[in-house]
Amino acid sequence: MQGTNFTVDRTHRWAALVLVVVATTLLVLGIYHGLLQVLYRAGWIRAASFLGLDYYQGLTLHGVVNAIVYTTFFEVAFGYVVITHFLRVPLDARVTSLAVGLMLVGTVMAAVPILLGQASVLYTFYPPLKASPWFYLGASLLVIGSWIPFFQWIAAYLRWRRLHPDRDTPLAVVGMLATFTVWLIATIPLAVEVLVLLLPWSLGWTASVDVVLARTLFWFFGHPLVYFWLLPAYVMYYVMVPPLVGGKLFSDKAARLAFLLFIVFSAPVGLHHQYADPGVSSSYKWLHGIFTFCVAIPSFITAFTVAASLEHGARQNGGQGLFGWWAKLPYLDEQRYLFAYAFPGLVLFLFGGITGIVNASVTMNNVVHNTAWVPGHFHTTLGGPVFLAFLGLSLWMLTELGGKPLRLPRWNVVVPYLWAAGVILFSIGLSVAGILGEPRRTNLALSYSNPESPLFQRHWELWTQLGAVGGVLMTAAMVIYFAVFFSTLLAPAQQVAELRFPTAEPLRHESLGATRNFTPWVVVAIIFLIIAYAPPLVEVLGGNTVPSPPYHPFSPVPLTK
Amino acid sequence: MERNERLILVASGTLMGVFLILLVYSGLGLSVVVPTCVTDVAPFTGGKVEQKGIGQYDVYLVSRMWFFDPGEIRVPPGSDINLYLSSLDVTHGIYIEGTNVNLMAVPGSVNFARVRLEREGVYRIFCHEYCGLGHQNMAGKIVVAREASAVSDANLAPAGR
Ligand code: HEM
Ligand SMILES: [Cu+2]
Ligand SMILES: [Cu+2]
Repeated sequence: MQGTNFTVDRTHRWAALVLVVVATTLLVLGIYHGLLQVLYRAGWIRAASFLGLDYYQGLTLHGVVNAIVYTTFFEVAFGYVVITHFLRVPLDARVTSLAVGLMLVGTVMAAVPILLGQASVLYTFYPPLKASPWFYLGASLLVIGSWIPFFQWIAAYLRWRRLHPDRDTPLAVVGMLATFTVWLIATIPLAVEVLVLLLPWSLGWTASVDVVLARTLFWFFGHPLVYFWLLPAYVMYYVMVPPLVGGKLFSDKAARLAFLLFIVFSAPVGLHHQYADPGVSSSYKWLHGIFTFCVAIPSFITAFTVAASLEHGARQNGGQGLFGWWAKLPYLDEQRYLFAYAFPGLVLFLFGGITGIVNASVTMNNVVHNTAWVPGHFHTTLGGPVFLAFLGLSLWMLTELGGKPLRLPRWNVVVPYLWAAGVILFSIGLSVAGILGEPRRTNLALSYSNPESPLFQRHWELWTQLGAVGGVLMTAAMVIYFAVFFSTLLAPAQQVAELRFPTAEPLRHESLGATRNFTPWVVVAIIFLIIAYAPPLVEVLGGNTVPSPPYHPFSPVPLTK
Repeated sequence: MERNERLILVASGTLMGVFLILLVYSGLGLSVVVPTCVTDVAPFTGGKVEQKGIGQYDVYLVSRMWFFDPGEIRVPPGSDINLYLSSLDVTHGIYIEGTNVNLMAVPGSVNFARVRLEREGVYRIFCHEYCGLGHQNMAGKIVVAREASAVSDANLAPAGR
């Protein structure tokens, strides 16, 4: 398939392809239940379960597959491609196989109990709802499997720095190393929660678990998680998009600064998911709220730099006037389809950013917390720029690494626009319903959207239906995507001479100064983490709470032996 | 750094600063209470409503799989309610329609909010955290009515919209 001067070696081509193909296959299930959720909520399906899957079991599947498995698999695959392509330092094939193997085994181990209905605890697995121990074990293996590549990449990076002391680290490498630094910071508290608190408790070795502590550890993980999702999309925007529009990266240094700022600010903010929680003092919540406002800054930098790069490219192609240059972008270019997967994501992120600032605002959060507003928000972030970037880049990896010619190219460029149109309707529907009080994580069909029920809420109906229409459009986009992806997968492979990785040239050469090294930023990140998390953790550990025995979601009687 | 870049940094910093000032105003100026660590009330297992004075109520609300105790709270219009919330089993959450009360009910811990209900009518309380099988049916209500016993719910309009 590939010639010898292909920069990604055989093992890593295979590793990336296996991860991407498995992830996309599982995504079929995740999307299927996304559709069912909007149908249930709008009352088009009025039942507790459909085709053997209970609503909350399916919702667990939807969250775990889409938000955890698909993203992690994709990012490890993309990371391997970026590191091997740009650094050209060989990685040990056995270690890579171990990592991929652990991730696959962990995923199967977690998926089986979900499908058997023994882990209907949603992807946040809040205790004292208890899942099968296999679920916790599988999730841990998946996470540990994803740490291994990062350690390989750090070693490769340090070696590259020694070999090329006077070169600047390629921007894509900075981006992926920042991504996984955020991931490591995030997953340590998660590992503590799962391995120290939940696993022994689900096995019956410990009788009870401190729920406030578990929630605090979970959200210590939960917010940096969203930057783990977002940063690879930023790699695409900074590195791959400018050459696709015929331009250069407006500022290389600003891009690096943005990635490094995410290392600093992505983690000391987790309490913004616990504004409504007891057991944590409001002053700590305010502190995390302020840090959350800081983490908006690198996204503003990104919005500016990416827009400026687009403008520069469009003007190179003859675009003129204050707005005229917008006409010179390759919106529907079948060859440069990665642009189509980038652009609507940027638009969705405008909504995502604004609604995110609302969520972050301690007092305003009272209006939206745990309402339908919240999924309305994150389908414009995770389901917007992040997901679209991952879809596009997965196809790109499949064609480039697998030597497959892209099938259905004309259909392909429609996917991101159709998806974005769907997401906008979906999000408007859910956001307004949320402000009116409609709860998230709820099978509305059985109560609030059932005219027969005493709980029926007529004034939510219109918005819930709008959300369903959006969800149907999103599903339609995904049906086309799967057709493109799998028909390309089944196409016969061709000889490819080299990996075509669109790589932006900086517009100006600047000295990088403090953005050249990771160390100072990681040190500052750790200091901020201690400031933000030591006091609340001391408070939570201080014994103001009574630990809880485990419960099965079907019974109010605790599962004590 | 280029001039426009400096500009965008300053502009975005200023924007977030303005948001922050408005946020602090909403907290202090409008006295929106953010849930905090309650240490003076131990986790409780029974729900109750206590009248503390004229138009002053302490409500102890317990959430359980899959109902609230008390399931219905009755107070006259213009009441100030100190609401204490706990859970007997798993994690639940409440949103009281038309108010800023949005709290998690976490077992082994006590949550708190203060709310003033002016308008007569029914304020629904929705459970908004997944709590198992019956979650979608878990709702309570606060009935705000002048003569606490005589009025039947059927005559009362929803107040929290
Ligand atoms: C056809 C496409 C999709 C539709 C129609 C859809 C629909 C929904 C709906 C209605 C909910 C809220 C359910 C509830 O709270 O009761 C939801 C939750 C969620 N969705 Fe999607 N979704 C889709 C795709 C995605 C994608 C691509 C991702 C991520 C990459 C995603 C991630 C999530 C997550 C993390 C949740 C939260 C689960 C939870 O609350 O436990 N969704 N989705
Ligand atoms: Cu967050
Ligand atoms: Cu509930």
